[in-house]
Amino acid sequence: MKISFYINGNAHSIEADGNTPLLWVIRDVLDLKGTKFGCGKAACGACTIHVDGEAVRSCSYSAKFAEGKNITTIEGLSAGDSLHPVQQAWIEEVVPQCGYCQPGFMMATAALLEKIPNPTDQDIDDNIVNICRCGTYYRMRKAIHRAAEIKNANI
Amino acid sequence: MSESKPKKKFSRRKFIIRSAVGVGVLLGTGYVTRPVWRRSLAEMANSAEAPYLGDTESPLLWFEVSAENQVVLYSPKVEMGQGTFTGLAQIAADELEVDINKIKVVHAPTASGNIDGMSTGGSTSISSLWQPLRELAATMREMLKNEAARIMETDAAALTVKEGVVSGNGQTLTYGEIAKQVKEWNIPDTPPLKDVKSYKFIGKPIPRVDLADKVAGASIFGMDAAMPDMLYGAVARPSSIGAKYVSADTSRAEKMPGVVKVVREKDFVGVVARSRMEAENAKNAIIVTWDTGKNWQSEDIEEMIRVGKGEPYVIQKAGRAKRILDNEEEVFTAEYKSPVGAHAQLEPNGAVAYVEGDKATVIISTQVVNITRNEVAERLGLEKENVNIIPAYLGGGFGRRLHTPNAMQAAVLSKAVGKPVKCFFNRQEEFQNDTFRPPTHHVLRAKLGAGGLIKAIEHNVSSGDVMYGSPMVPALAEPILGADVGAWRGGMIQYRKIPNYRAVSWRVKLPFATSWWRSLGLLANTFAIESFMDELAIKAGKDPVQFRLDQIQEDEAGYRLKEVIRAAAQKAGWRDGAHNGRAMGFAASTDANTPCAHVVEVSVEDGEIRVHKVTCAIDPGFAVNPDQVRAQCEGCIIMGLSAAMFEKMTVKDGQLTPTIYGPYKMALMKHAPKEIDVVILENADAPGAVGEPPLGPIGAAIANAVFRITGQRLREMPLQLA
Ligand code: FES
Ligand code: FES
Repeated sequence: MKISFYINGNAHSIEADGNTPLLWVIRDVLDLKGTKFGCGKAACGACTIHVDGEAVRSCSYSAKFAEGKNITTIEGLSAGDSLHPVQQAWIEEVVPQCGYCQPGFMMATAALLEKIPNPTDQDIDDNIVNICRCGTYYRMRKAIHRAAEIKNANI
Repeated sequence: MSESKPKKKFSRRKFIIRSAVGVGVLLGTGYVTRPVWRRSLAEMANSAEAPYLGDTESPLLWFEVSAENQVVLYSPKVEMGQGTFTGLAQIAADELEVDINKIKVVHAPTASGNIDGMSTGGSTSISSLWQPLRELAATMREMLKNEAARIMETDAAALTVKEGVVSGNGQTLTYGEIAKQVKEWNIPDTPPLKDVKSYKFIGKPIPRVDLADKVAGASIFGMDAAMPDMLYGAVARPSSIGAKYVSADTSRAEKMPGVVKVVREKDFVGVVARSRMEAENAKNAIIVTWDTGKNWQSEDIEEMIRVGKGEPYVIQKAGRAKRILDNEEEVFTAEYKSPVGAHAQLEPNGAVAYVEGDKATVIISTQVVNITRNEVAERLGLEKENVNIIPAYLGGGFGRRLHTPNAMQAAVLSKAVGKPVKCFFNRQEEFQNDTFRPPTHHVLRAKLGAGGLIKAIEHNVSSGDVMYGSPMVPALAEPILGADVGAWRGGMIQYRKIPNYRAVSWRVKLPFATSWWRSLGLLANTFAIESFMDELAIKAGKDPVQFRLDQIQEDEAGYRLKEVIRAAAQKAGWRDGAHNGRAMGFAASTDANTPCAHVVEVSVEDGEIRVHKVTCAIDPGFAVNPDQVRAQCEGCIIMGLSAAMFEKMTVKDGQLTPTIYGPYKMALMKHAPKEIDVVILENADAPGAVGEPPLGPIGAAIANAVFRITGQRLREMPLQLA
């Protein structure tokens, strides 16, 4: 079927089986490789993107539901040349190790900050439930607080 | 507790065996099957550091200077998160005399000729390249200077080099300008290295060189690799333990949408399709007949992994520990256990391969570039030199990518269709076909003597294999060494002031693959020994920190161990016992000559163990990048906490389960300590291991703290309160 949506601000129409997970459309059809596959079962968060501003695990989101939606991936998180506060904080805290889980965490964090501009540790624990095998949670928590600061200072 | 500091730092050079192949080097000696020889080999394997087994003499294999004045460093070591690319860039920049931003580190494809003979693993990348890479970089700098002298028609001695610019005689040339004009390089003798104190990048907390790309989501991992006109493959994999492929009914799969070809081999069946989903769907439609053996259950495995069963090997012995413990009264005994652990790295295994005629190219996340190449070449009957393995960033390694038959499978599929094929595991296949951390059972015995110190102690560990069965280990190792070096890593008694001690490794062959898992036996062995030390300290009525310090021998290793123990205790403000519902727990271990000690601060809330803070002291000898040493400590602490508190594979009706995150419980953000304080000591003159040693003490430290709060002695991982 034909599916039309906006991705990172650009209009796209693709031809795909509507039941294909959106993740594979993003990665293999649109060639945006920043969104990762970890489990395919909504269990790790590596594939997190935004659909109309909501954090969504794209491995478990059928492409047909993307019709008419605004989709953002890690490649579209920053506006032009200036880094998104989450990315800036991630750099300041030198968060990534292998890096594979990081786009998913950054997307989940960016969505969290839209809802809760100043998350407490409890908010972070409740909302950031992706998996990082390298164990970067400690730096991520610092980076999430730092991102909130940067974001609030920018307003 | 004070002890005078040694005047000079300990030299690590004497530990480094520079003549041959890691474990292989230990096998060179003849007549080693006698127990006493085996034991000394075991002692050696415990502290010897493998040399780097690739080129250390040809700067041109390592460096490429572009006309734009950039230096490309072709790394034979892969980047899996451990920060090696950053450390190597620092090491090269200082001796090359360029800014670190001018260096771009990339994985060396095997076609470049810069091939690591062994693997990326064992926390050896920085330590084994510390000397050779500085020498290579210094030599490259001299080569550039010599060429500049030739171009400028002056004497090289009259030139100075600074930040990638050679000047003298009123002229200046950048490295890029020089490189452009060189037709043939001459390699001079290795110049003297700079004074370590003069280094601008080495020893500094430089941000990771891969940071910007990883934060942008732009880094290419194995699973992100692509080739033009690429198809997608899938291979049917067994879900049962020990299953062997017999035959397959592919009639339905062949008619599935998108299928290009069903590929039947003698040992596997796979399918190639136009997209990942089509390949997966078609694979699921193949009806495979597997020859499955016994219907294994967890109880069967537990029955096998018991001290007293399997083959015993005495790996350490001093005094008369056995005689004392067998015959004297008041011997204290305790048993500990650890479960089967999964790697659970986030990026699944797989490869993109293209076989064209007598050549093959494979892009893959691998820790064994050379072995991956040889296996592809052998399976396809190609010359090794005609197989180019291009490593991509690894979405976690942890030992899972030390065995890569998936490269060969992708290549076979590609050959069958004459196009590039990308073929990856799904998550269920990852869990079911992992090469697991083996389960262990430990029996510790000890007798206290005069002054409440240990008179005799013995550690028995029963474990599945770690190193045997790995393509990295020479077949000769097994008959000679007997015991599995990986399984007993961390299994020796490190308190060698004790007059009588002994360690025995019991070897068991399990029906499923067990192998290298970050830090190997260290986590389980340290959990057992350091929990037991805590129990003994309590029995002796002593402070557990002082109890340890009192029983460490006076030598270099002992000195360095005592220093990290003191540093951790001091930084954490160590105090014994529970206070306001919180308690500290202490444990220490030495791995690959790097001692490490943790103090954890724990509470129990709503019946759950919470780890609030970890203070870690580590002595890697010398820290090339203190910030990344910290990051490795943090990562080890969190991964170790996850394994110690949550993770467990079970065997049910012949299958390993669970097969997905969630049911395979792992530490999440909410479980990670909110405070991790790392103290780095540098009591040697060269960098040592970092990426695994901090995993050792974490399980025992948590269990020891839990005892102080609840009175429950948890002797089995994952730790569960009654
Ligand atoms: S890949 Fe989507 S949640 Fe794991
Ligand atoms: S950085 Fe490796 S999985 Fe998170």
